[in-house]
Amino acid sequence: MDLSIHYPDQLYPNTVTFELMIEVKNVEKSFGDSQVLKGVSTVFETGKTNLIIGQSGSGKTVLLKTLLGIHAPDSGTIEFDGRVYSELTKDEKRALRTEIGMVFQGSALFDSMTVAQNVAFPLKMFTKNTRAETNKRVDFVLERVNLTEAHNKLPSEISGGMQKRVAIARAIVNNPKYLFCDEPNSGLDPNTSILIDNLIKEITEEYNITTVINTHDMNSVMEIGENIVFLKNGLKEWQGTKEQIFKTDNKAVTDFVYSSNLFKKVREAYLKDGK
Amino acid sequence: MLIRYLSQVGRYFLMWKEIFNKPTKWSVMKGLILKEIDDLIIGSLGIVAFISFFVGGVVAIQTALNLTNPLIPKYLIGFATRQSVILEFAPTFISIIMAGKMGSFITSSIGTMRVTEQIDALEVMGVNSLNYLVFPKLIALLLYPFLIGIAMFLGILGGWIAGVYGGFATSSDFITGIQMEFIPFHIIYAFIKTFVFALILATVPSFHGYYMKGGALEVGKASTVAFVWTSVSIILINYILTQLLLS
Repeated sequence: MDLSIHYPDQLYPNTVTFELMIEVKNVEKSFGDSQVLKGVSTVFETGKTNLIIGQSGSGKTVLLKTLLGIHAPDSGTIEFDGRVYSELTKDEKRALRTEIGMVFQGSALFDSMTVAQNVAFPLKMFTKNTRAETNKRVDFVLERVNLTEAHNKLPSEISGGMQKRVAIARAIVNNPKYLFCDEPNSGLDPNTSILIDNLIKEITEEYNITTVINTHDMNSVMEIGENIVFLKNGLKEWQGTKEQIFKTDNKAVTDFVYSSNLFKKVREAYLKDGK
Repeated sequence: MLIRYLSQVGRYFLMWKEIFNKPTKWSVMKGLILKEIDDLIIGSLGIVAFISFFVGGVVAIQTALNLTNPLIPKYLIGFATRQSVILEFAPTFISIIMAGKMGSFITSSIGTMRVTEQIDALEVMGVNSLNYLVFPKLIALLLYPFLIGIAMFLGILGGWIAGVYGGFATSSDFITGIQMEFIPFHIIYAFIKTFVFALILATVPSFHGYYMKGGALEVGKASTVAFVWTSVSIILINYILTQLLLS
């Protein structure tokens, strides 16, 4: 049983190196008369935590669901390492989806399964692993998210933070190439939020995954924002790193990010001291 | 309004196609089917037995009380009980009761999965969620005729106990009535109906749960709507099949 991580040359044995990424090109999406995405273009890089931020109604969730294939874009394309999603056959799309791990806002754990069964689910569905191999991998991943004690508990018997960690474990158990997280910190206390943020960042670097996180938690932006895409009214307003977000003079970004006094002071201190 | 209903009907039949697409791995599916058999069939045995036994008894008593003419033989109590139970009570009315019990269970469980994004999670993983969720129910409900067979037996047994121990007919009269002018095709007719109702019971509530939108309140509404449409479908199909098979 291979517990190692996927590296680009392992995924594409006939090529020497390959830059893994998700490329969004001029994506538009409307619901009835309301145009939610008005031509978004961006790149989500591999091995980095890519954050989509913006106010409620800016199109963050629709963009994430479009990336996941839950919504089909009206126009524009989404490329997963050169594979244009809209041009894939149904079977190719399903195959691509097995390369995706997703952490939902509400964790979306299967209520009738224990923590271990939830984590084992993608392995049972998509691998030919023996029971022993599956159990070994589940134990390994649960240990990675520090949840060995919850093995046989039902999702209803564990806390929200633990549920998020189980969701992360389930998302990474099958060595995904792409990890999507929808508001991973919603409903969590600040300490648990930081723990979840750091866990996602560590896993992203460790496994060299293309991670896309939809959030409006400014702590996450400051903590793990390596590539931040700011959406406003269905358009990409700004893109940069957490360091660049301190220096930007884009009014829409500063109004959103520094809406609280605490972050205003953090920014002032950063600009003054340069750290 | 009409267009909306027609589009829902079209969507329902498209759902049928999708149920059989991209099947789930057999090792996983096997467990799901056994779980559904336990939830839907074994879990309904008690209520089906209870209702069948007592309704069979009531049918016998009602028939006996309406046979006021002394020239009408008492074995008609057994005959009427057998015919009512086999032709209508067991297949049709138990199915309508099951539309409430199984139907609301199916709609609310799938609807809750929709609300809590569990269905989205399945889809994002590349699982055909309709096959994963509905196909095991369809297979489990192939055992539904077994449940209806038990309902038939217990309905007639209830009628016999109520008729004999209530002093309305002798055991011999009742059994003569049960055996009188027995047409084996009536059993076939009843089980054909039962099979079709099983397909309706598995799919109509699943459809309403799967395609629901909203939150917890909408799950409740979807369960109610599913019960109404499952019952309406059963009654309409019952009429059509009776016309086709018996007239």
